[in-house]
Amino acid sequence: MSVSTEKPRSFQEIILRLQAYWASKGCAILQPYDMEVGAGTFHPATTLRSLGSQPWAAAYVQPSRRPTDGRYGENPNRMQHYYQYQVLIKPSPPNLQELYLGSLDAIGIDTALHDVRFVEDDWESPTLGAWGLGWEVWCDGMEVSQFTYFQQVGGHDCKPVSGELTYGLERLAMYVLGIDHVMDMPFNDPDAPIPLTYGHIFRQTEQEYSRHNFDAATTDMLLRHFEDAEAECERLLAFDPNDPNSGKRIVMAHPAYDQCIKASHLFNLLDARGVISVTERQAYIGRVRALAKKCADAFVQTDAGGWQA
Amino acid sequence: MPDILIELFSEEIPARMQTRAAEDLRGLVTDGLVEAGLTYAHARAYSTPRRLVLAIESLSAESPTQHEERKGPKVGAPQQALDGFLRSTGLTLDQLHTHEDKKGAFYVAHLTKPGRPAADILAEVLDRTIRNFPWPKSMRWGSGALRWVRPLHSIIALMVTEAGAEVVPLDIDGIVAGADTRGHRFMAPDTFAVSSFDDYAAKLKRAFVILDATERAAMIENETRNRAFALGLTLVDDKALLAEVAGLVEWPVVLVGEIGAEFLDLPPEVLQTSMREHQKFFSLKDAEGRIVRFVTVANRETADRGETILKGNQKVLRARLSDAKFFWENDLRVVRTQGLTGMAEGLASVTFHNKLGSQKARIDRIAALAREIAPLVGASPDLAEEAARVAKADLQSAMVGEFPELQGTMGVYYAKAAGLPEAVANACKAHYQPLGPSDDVPSEPVSVAVALADKIDTLTGFWAIDEKPTGSKDPFALRRAALGVIRLVLGNGLRASLNTLFSTANEIAGPRGDSFADINEVRAFFHDRLKVFLRDEGIRHDVIDACLAMPGNDDLTLLVNRARALSDFLKTDDGENLVQGFKRANNILTQAEAKDGVEYSFGADPKFAETDEERALFKALDTAEAQIAPAMAAEDFAAAMSAMAALRAPIDAFFTAVQINTDNQVLRRNRLNLLHRIRATTGGVADLTRLEG
Repeated sequence: MSVSTEKPRSFQEIILRLQAYWASKGCAILQPYDMEVGAGTFHPATTLRSLGSQPWAAAYVQPSRRPTDGRYGENPNRMQHYYQYQVLIKPSPPNLQELYLGSLDAIGIDTALHDVRFVEDDWESPTLGAWGLGWEVWCDGMEVSQFTYFQQVGGHDCKPVSGELTYGLERLAMYVLGIDHVMDMPFNDPDAPIPLTYGHIFRQTEQEYSRHNFDAATTDMLLRHFEDAEAECERLLAFDPNDPNSGKRIVMAHPAYDQCIKASHLFNLLDARGVISVTERQAYIGRVRALAKKCADAFVQTDAGGWQA
Repeated sequence: MPDILIELFSEEIPARMQTRAAEDLRGLVTDGLVEAGLTYAHARAYSTPRRLVLAIESLSAESPTQHEERKGPKVGAPQQALDGFLRSTGLTLDQLHTHEDKKGAFYVAHLTKPGRPAADILAEVLDRTIRNFPWPKSMRWGSGALRWVRPLHSIIALMVTEAGAEVVPLDIDGIVAGADTRGHRFMAPDTFAVSSFDDYAAKLKRAFVILDATERAAMIENETRNRAFALGLTLVDDKALLAEVAGLVEWPVVLVGEIGAEFLDLPPEVLQTSMREHQKFFSLKDAEGRIVRFVTVANRETADRGETILKGNQKVLRARLSDAKFFWENDLRVVRTQGLTGMAEGLASVTFHNKLGSQKARIDRIAALAREIAPLVGASPDLAEEAARVAKADLQSAMVGEFPELQGTMGVYYAKAAGLPEAVANACKAHYQPLGPSDDVPSEPVSVAVALADKIDTLTGFWAIDEKPTGSKDPFALRRAALGVIRLVLGNGLRASLNTLFSTANEIAGPRGDSFADINEVRAFFHDRLKVFLRDEGIRHDVIDACLAMPGNDDLTLLVNRARALSDFLKTDDGENLVQGFKRANNILTQAEAKDGVEYSFGADPKFAETDEERALFKALDTAEAQIAPAMAAEDFAAAMSAMAALRAPIDAFFTAVQINTDNQVLRRNRLNLLHRIRATTGGVADLTRLEG
């Protein structure tokens, strides 16, 4: 697909342009991970693939859920479900800043007219045991992306270092399209036979999930599921790497990491339900981090994680 | 003598680190050069968001040749020793000299360490500096192992002489030093070569980069003031923000923007905080002090003269201020319907510290203690308690949730909106004060009572659970709290016993676990803080010790008045000499008492006085005692000290004329008893034995 130099007209056009741009820069365009996650970073294509020595270049949209951010679809830019665009390249190329700025041009931000700045913002994910240094990128005073050089993930030093870019798609698109309320944003082409706004698609779900997350989700069940996911993650990792059926060495890093993701989302839901006290909060985060760390330990014992590489 | 230009060009360096990093670069490189024997005339460092730069003038071209005579083994020493010496000097036997001394002949090596070219030394020093640079946080990137604050892209290392510029050979993990740099990221991204510092700075300016951060800050400030003046407004000064913004741009362009009319009713602190924290905007205020415009500093010029940039910034600000307005209106609704106590309710479920209970429990303690303190500071106990109960309510407000630095400030607004008395409202902010050594000390009685209660509860609480400050660690800012109490007491001339305050706080709080704060320990902690505080006033620690040894040392006002008077007294000749006379008297007396096993406190009798000097001392002591006693009763330390000063001449004369330890035991005892009167009389003022020197 060729990238138009015209201003984009819809949310999806911005996504499509980002996909085309990063494809043209050599990234594998992956699909979203099929689980509930709080951010694009949780996709194994980032968390796990940033570990070990194997080179990597991927880009994808990741639907993200933050139950506590639900506002029943009324807040102009805050929702419990939104989209992130994520790019991860390992090792980070020397021209990553230029590549990033190119992506802004691709979606219609003319850097000759705008003021783009790299403002210190160090990234840390307590649940993933991960941190990196970088910036939030400002366009005319608005944060449009996070730019991070991963230093540690799951307690492991990142060698080589991955460069990670995260775009908050709705906010970025609202800016490019000049929209004040996310629900008013055209999702498809406004001249399409059936034009759909973001609100057509998501206002109702925001209401439903806000009610669910804040008032309805069964907390006993969520707590139980959290414990189950935690136990299952550890159980999967405790298997002997040598699989008697296939006769191969198979470490179940990804299935175990799925359970870690589950535990993390369940914790977020419990948090939204208001049943986690301040002191317990730290303990839960610590438990998820312990899982993430074990999954990272397991992943570096696999081929993709650079085992014996 | 060559000049040196160094540029370390990287991705964007955090603004808060730039100035320090430039100074570190200058310090580390020049120290390294000097250590290697080079000298230089002048060195200056610069920083921009993407570069650290060092310019050195007139560096010596090479280090001096060094000669050394190194002593070796004796002639005829075992071959092993000789071989070792030859190895370590790199010489052969026929190159050695022999010298003679008393013990016989020995070998000497004449060593010459040739000078080294400055370029070699500089390359080494730079390599070491870059690899070990003291960034607060550093990182790796790509596949490399080198650490820098953000990826390092290129290095200029130039040595400039009349013959021209030469690149200092340097290769750090594949980054090869050269003479090239780039201009502004967007306005002049191309590479260009430079040949000297002047050439570099001039070309940078043409490439839209102002090298000097102070120049950028001055440009921003001047332009902002000019634009404000033209609008009939003034800039709200913010030096920290100015420094930060100067570190975010290489080519500052000042743009003045509008704040939507619907936000102008927000408190100025809210506008300013929201704009500064989130957007790094400056505030412009009108003649009434209302903030009515903002200033943003862009990093570039544009064809539309910043119109797009300003539009974007205004839009972002509108979203930010919509949030702030929502918080403000929401908070006001809460306090108008439920009062500030309603707002404070949620504090019951907020933990202050897991061993010290919730914020609510803490506030209950502070309220009870403030009631007790109120009469001491001239406040109404009811008002003091009421103020304590609402002073931290704003921690539950949406606004303070978003901007923690507005705690207290919002409390005042909300208390007034809830119709609370002025004194109660003011305490919401003032009870946190003084926040630092230069912060104002509150003087309104209600504020003082709550401020003292808050700090004393914190101190005794953390003491009771054994969370005392150690070394450089003071996570609960207890030193600041103690200093706050000291300044509140002294600043308001309060008369109160710390012991009583601490035990009242202990009683109110009850045991933590099964322990209370040890009052003597807390008081000792205060005395240490007081010494630090008074040291800044120029009062010696031994002067404070001399006063701490006196009764009432838990009354800070009394203690400090005494210390100040004693310190002033010791600066006079009479004071200094009196102390010497006192010490002499005290030494003789102490030795005699030790020898005789008695205390000479029987009272001296003037009828045994033999000399005029002796009789004069009796009279002087009578006079002094008659003056000191009422002066002390009135706590007039200056008067007491000047009465003591009158003793100086009689004591000096007494020691010149009279021998204490005479053979006549009656006279000796009487004189020792007289010395005891000196000790007793002065001892009522301060414990002079604690003074040094």
